[in-house]
Amino acid sequence: MRYSALNLFRQGLAGQTGWPQAWRSPEPRPSYDAVIVGGGGHGLAAAYYLAKVHGMRRVAILEKGWLGGGNTGRNTTIVRSNYFFPESSAIYDFALRLYEGLSQDLDYNIMLSQRGILMMAHTEHDMELMARSVNAMLINGIDVELLDAAQVRAEVPLLNFGANARYEIHGGFTQRRGGIARHDAVAWGYARGASGLGVDIIQGCEVTGFDIAGGRVTGVQTTRGAIGAGVVGLAAAGHSGVLAGLAGFKLPIQSYALQAMVSEPVKPVLDTVVMSSATGMYVSQSDKGELVFGAGLDLYPSYAQRGNLPVEQAVIAGMLEMFPAFRRLKLLRAWAGLVDVCWDYSPIIGPAPLEGMFLNCGWGTGGFKAIPAGGWMLAHLMATGQHHPISAPFDLSRFTTGRLIDEAAGAGIAH
Amino acid sequence: MLLMPCPWCGPRDEPEFQFGGEPATRPIPAAEVSDQRWADYLYLRTNEKGFHRELWCHAGGCGQWFLVERDTVTHVIHRTLKPGEPA
Amino acid sequence: MKRLPTGGRIDRAAPRAFTWDGKALGGFKGDTLASALLANGIRIIGRSFKYHRPRGLYGAWSEEPNAIVDLAWKGEHDPNARSTLVDLQAGMAASGLNAWPSVAHDVYGLIDRFHRFIPAGFYYKTFKSPRWETFEGRIRQMAGLGTLRRSDDRRRYETRHAETDVLVVGAGPAGLAAARAAHAAGLRVILADDRAAWGGSLLWREGVIDDRAAADWVADTIAGLDGATLLPRTTVFGAYDHNAFGLLERRPSAADGWATERVWQVRARHVVLATGAIERPLVFPGNDRPGVMSAAAVLQYLREYGVLAGNRVVLVTNNDSAYETAHALIAAGARITIADARPELGAIARRAADHGIQVRANTVPVNTGGRHGLRWVDVAPRDNLAARERIPADVVAISGGWSPAVHLHSQAGGKLRWDAAEAAFLPEAARPGQHLAGAITGGTSLAEALEAGHHAGTVVASTFGRASAVLPPRAEPAAAPSPIAPLWFVPVPDQRQWIDFQNDVTLKDVALAARENYASVEHLKRYTTLGMANDQGKTSNVNGLAALAAFTGREIPEVGTTTFRPPFVPVSLGALAGMRHGRLYAPIRHLPSHADHLGNGAEMREYGGWLRPACYLRVGETVPQAIQREAASARQAAGLLDGSSLGKIEVQGADAAAFLNLLYYNELATLKPGRLRYCLLLRETGVVYDDGVVARLAPDRFLLSPSSSHTAGVLAMLRAWHQTEYPAMQVAFHDITAAWATYAISGPNARAILGRLATSIDISDAALPHMAIADGSIGGVPGRIARVSFTGERSYELSVPASHGAALWRHLLDLGARDGITLFGIEALSVLRAEKGFILIGTDTDGMTLPVDLGVTAPLRNKKVDFVGKRSLLTPDATRPDRRQFVGLLPADPRFVPAVGSHAIETADGKRRSIGWITTSCRSPALGRSIALGMIEAGRARIGETVELFHLGQTSRATITAPCHLDPAGERLHD
Ligand SMILES: Cc1cc2nc3c(=O)[nH]c(=O)nc-3n(C[C@H](O)[C@H](O)[C@H](O)COP(=O)(O)OP(=O)(O)OC[C@H]3O[C@@H](n4cnc5c(N)ncnc54)[C@H](O)[C@@H]3O)c2cc1C
Ligand SMILES: [Zn+2]
Repeated sequence: MRYSALNLFRQGLAGQTGWPQAWRSPEPRPSYDAVIVGGGGHGLAAAYYLAKVHGMRRVAILEKGWLGGGNTGRNTTIVRSNYFFPESSAIYDFALRLYEGLSQDLDYNIMLSQRGILMMAHTEHDMELMARSVNAMLINGIDVELLDAAQVRAEVPLLNFGANARYEIHGGFTQRRGGIARHDAVAWGYARGASGLGVDIIQGCEVTGFDIAGGRVTGVQTTRGAIGAGVVGLAAAGHSGVLAGLAGFKLPIQSYALQAMVSEPVKPVLDTVVMSSATGMYVSQSDKGELVFGAGLDLYPSYAQRGNLPVEQAVIAGMLEMFPAFRRLKLLRAWAGLVDVCWDYSPIIGPAPLEGMFLNCGWGTGGFKAIPAGGWMLAHLMATGQHHPISAPFDLSRFTTGRLIDEAAGAGIAH
Repeated sequence: MLLMPCPWCGPRDEPEFQFGGEPATRPIPAAEVSDQRWADYLYLRTNEKGFHRELWCHAGGCGQWFLVERDTVTHVIHRTLKPGEPA
Repeated sequence: MKRLPTGGRIDRAAPRAFTWDGKALGGFKGDTLASALLANGIRIIGRSFKYHRPRGLYGAWSEEPNAIVDLAWKGEHDPNARSTLVDLQAGMAASGLNAWPSVAHDVYGLIDRFHRFIPAGFYYKTFKSPRWETFEGRIRQMAGLGTLRRSDDRRRYETRHAETDVLVVGAGPAGLAAARAAHAAGLRVILADDRAAWGGSLLWREGVIDDRAAADWVADTIAGLDGATLLPRTTVFGAYDHNAFGLLERRPSAADGWATERVWQVRARHVVLATGAIERPLVFPGNDRPGVMSAAAVLQYLREYGVLAGNRVVLVTNNDSAYETAHALIAAGARITIADARPELGAIARRAADHGIQVRANTVPVNTGGRHGLRWVDVAPRDNLAARERIPADVVAISGGWSPAVHLHSQAGGKLRWDAAEAAFLPEAARPGQHLAGAITGGTSLAEALEAGHHAGTVVASTFGRASAVLPPRAEPAAAPSPIAPLWFVPVPDQRQWIDFQNDVTLKDVALAARENYASVEHLKRYTTLGMANDQGKTSNVNGLAALAAFTGREIPEVGTTTFRPPFVPVSLGALAGMRHGRLYAPIRHLPSHADHLGNGAEMREYGGWLRPACYLRVGETVPQAIQREAASARQAAGLLDGSSLGKIEVQGADAAAFLNLLYYNELATLKPGRLRYCLLLRETGVVYDDGVVARLAPDRFLLSPSSSHTAGVLAMLRAWHQTEYPAMQVAFHDITAAWATYAISGPNARAILGRLATSIDISDAALPHMAIADGSIGGVPGRIARVSFTGERSYELSVPASHGAALWRHLLDLGARDGITLFGIEALSVLRAEKGFILIGTDTDGMTLPVDLGVTAPLRNKKVDFVGKRSLLTPDATRPDRRQFVGLLPADPRFVPAVGSHAIETADGKRRSIGWITTSCRSPALGRSIALGMIEAGRARIGETVELFHLGQTSRATITAPCHLDPAGERLHD
């Protein structure tokens, strides 16, 4: 049934009892043409595009927990494509353009709110670095504007312009097409779309090993039995290293806890997304009214999916430095995701060292915004065996050639 | 928040320490090492889920580096070793 | 609803006037805002989030889901105050929120009429066209609870750290017994309880302990805990790794103001969780009407605050605990009917019946009614719901059983198991260093709680090899209670039954989620927002997942539970940040001559964590004018610069030279004592991390000068390499930056000025040539002079102990006056070094820059040792011919200064491509024109070519040159 106001109304008269399942929960079949490990945004999107763009029907997603329960359901939902290098701009803007049509494409409101994203500069030097970034983006065709302090103040009056501010605000830059989206809806929308196209989404199914014959992956071992696979895609975020280990190779990835927090809901006080390089913090206000915020990684590798108090306090102090008016708001909930961090903070997309296996990982702290593109690229690889031109620079081989794509180095932008 | 037993100073709070990564053996002489081998040394780690050997520095204390055996899931610290101490 | 003439811990002699929605009301000292509102007959205190249904008090403490208010007092404000947690103070102004014009009469209440069209997750199904933002603004305005005032928050927030043998969480009977036993064994004890008074459930439950009234036993026990850290009004809000805990203490202010919030970080060898349990509501049609309250809360209001919540009370329960409420209400003069959902009356129910209370077995509520508050409740036999009977009531007190407060246990990684007999999730087993006592482990009698607490205390003591010196406290053993009979909801299809009161999640929403296959409990929570409100599901979680289990044909343990996340109660962000704000967020370092700089008109700015003079402003001068003047004077006469923030690290030891030669890119083994060399320090990835001058003071002694912002990083790097890679080497490091003040005199007159300085150091060119260093006395104090230049002029760097810095600074100014000495700041320095094409780390370089990009290639070719980063300079990418290289640029228009961050572009097929960027630009006073430095693809091969520059849509042109714009032969160094 199509999702629409009219159908909601009709169902309202019928007690909302006629809605079908958003996705099926089938038993796994003995084999599939394509098996994707990881039912996060990237895995779900890859399955959807495998079915939709490449016409593959025998596709399964294997998810050890519940779909969307990894980082996709734990992140601060910032979307943007204001990246420094042309390679990054290309992939993130491809994602943003897909996002812009996604609610329609999936028939599921992902609540893309293009409320703009503002990055602040706190010194003249910051401003210079920012100019360098903004120019790079403009050359790459990305919609960004450099703002002076007065313009920043007009956009976000609550920012700390006080005399005691530790970090003066010298200006900033904004991408108006940036913003936030509803993370669960992205996962659920793709799941519903994929399931509708015949993809089997199998939850509660952990991949525990790979079947390898003649140097090629032929199937997976799971907690729900062995499943044959023509090709395998890995989209397991923080667990990518574990899966690589099962397949017999290592990845240039470390898994860290990244925390996010929300405050109690209040009436609208912040209409855009704000980021500060000096404190590393980023904050937005959800449609429900909560401030959603976070900052840097916890300090050591972890698979624990929980954060630590000192980092939490530092993150909060950083945000309050920018927004003293938020001091009286209360922290409602804090949690952590398990992020897969590459040395250059860019993702790895491409063939794995094992034939028949393809990688989509290393998104680290910033892969929510890339979900449609990451899925698209993984689907392309799995269906054709070849890189899409956009994904080629993100191949694993860059660590050997030294041709890293280090955004932080390029532009001094943390997140 | 970890309670880290510094082998020199005893148990101290996490904020006094700096994480230094999984130890990696430096291949030398550099000129004879292949690109692949060098990249492995720079970038490949086990990233183990569970038992993990890693270096830490008591940066806010004695300034010494030491080896830690820690579980990356439970964060239990099995033991800490001074450099060169038999493993 | 009324206040009784006696009873409770309120002080009737101390009235407290306050306002509610502008109306003047009165309460007493000892009231919470909630108890005072209840005593004044205020029924509607809030509105629900989605449907704007009127809501009254359900609970009496942190479980309260409804009664969140706007609170203003003494110029400060809390946009979302939970009225049950607010100590009433005279002059408080509270009002309802998220309603218009008031919570009592809220026009948004109309939304409720359309509830059938806006079920759980309706927004995922609509608002897609044309785009979400078309609707979002409206929806945002509707959402949110309180309104944040934009004023400054002047409240104080404090932070404390503590370490203890045992932290006891909860001061009910179990916690008190545990603290008492541990304390008697001589352990260091911290006892924390979120209430202002000690006793936990004993504050409102009756009992006799050690032959005394419970309250007396509590007082005696607390009095006996001398030396222990007693923290009332303190909520343990989070459990973290290795028994670390976060505590929020609300300290009453001495000056009759807002409590000071203090966050404690406690590291406990052991923790005793005696956190008790939270009463669950019953789910039945109309269960959200104001007047439907937790049975325990009704008892708390009565016993603690002397407030009778209703005169005509129907008590609905499925377990024994609520009977105490019934007896107390009768004693206070209320009329009571009890509906017990269990098929037969147990012992306790029969006893109530014997007392003349009307008790009906097998009876459940099926509806409630009354505008603006409860008037009646319909009840029916559980097996014949159609046989309804209407009972008038102004309060329905409900008890659906108890959910142990397992939050901290779960946060610490503890597992839970479903206990069918208790109908509750209980801790599976205590975590290491953790002990559980009392109601957190399931229903316990007072005697059992005391015993378990005492046991926990003695077990903790025994791990320290101690025995407890007190006997366990005793209470009369209670008869075994009749078992609870779960009543998860009442199966009447058409009417709404609330599970999450604040977020308006009803049974139908859970059914819809199940139908649409949001069947994982986390999907349920997210899809319906169950448990995501301010109370974080304290009352709704178990009911929600029990309903999900029913709708998906599973057992509750199969459905599982969601993860409990900190904090246990919302904690103000200000308290969590503590003192970390303003300057203390990241302290700034000051120079020894800071005061002098200010006196000299310095415009101070932060550079690399130090506050340094950007320039010295003269009357009527702008900053750019000052910079040009200072730079010009340094070239024409002499300039004086405070360089004290430049790092100074001493490296000593027999292997110092060999070690540094392994670390630095440049050759250091050949550096002679008394000489300096400019060096780069690389990361193992080959990237330039820092630059600086290395001095060899003696064969086994070096002095490094890292950039100001990298000093700590360089020291850390040296230590790490020494300890982990080259531990056998004899070398030690010392950061002596703060011990020295360093001033640079630069310019053609520098030599003449120094000639007048009283120093033992021979500064003749023969004794102290360029790139040499010597020790001696300067103006009578031990010091050092280095001949090194960052300006391209003849320069001397003088260092003296920091305490003599300011004096030397003034002295140099005096000495130089007649030679036109001019103070210059960082900005003029930057102009001078730009004219010379010298790099500034982090400005001209970034995380990609290799030494070859800077044109420094000799060490890579010549140096034999495996210095840090060497191999990374040989990779395919490092040896690419089209790498960006450091060059100079001369703008075509000499008056136009291209912005730093401008890109050089190439256009092919109408598409622009960046080939690099400008890293430094300025007007050069020496050349009388604009100059720039930058990183350009294959830049060295392009010298002489013209490139197009791009900045914010504007273009200009410039010619690529070598980086050095002035005096390439370096003759001025020796002038
Ligand atoms: C706190 C936080 C804030 C963030 N903020 C932002 C932000 O603002 N903007 C942004 O763009 N990005 C952000 N991110 C990053 C973003 O969330 C992730 O990069 C992105 O969601 C990754 O999606 P994914 O599909 O790769 O991984 P996930 O969503 O984590 O999915 C991986 C899935 O693989 C499953 N899996 C793992 N191992 C196995 C196995 N053996 N068998 C079967 N299944 C397995 C996991 O259960 C999981 O569901 C944030 C992340 C966090 C944690
Ligand atoms: Zn130490």
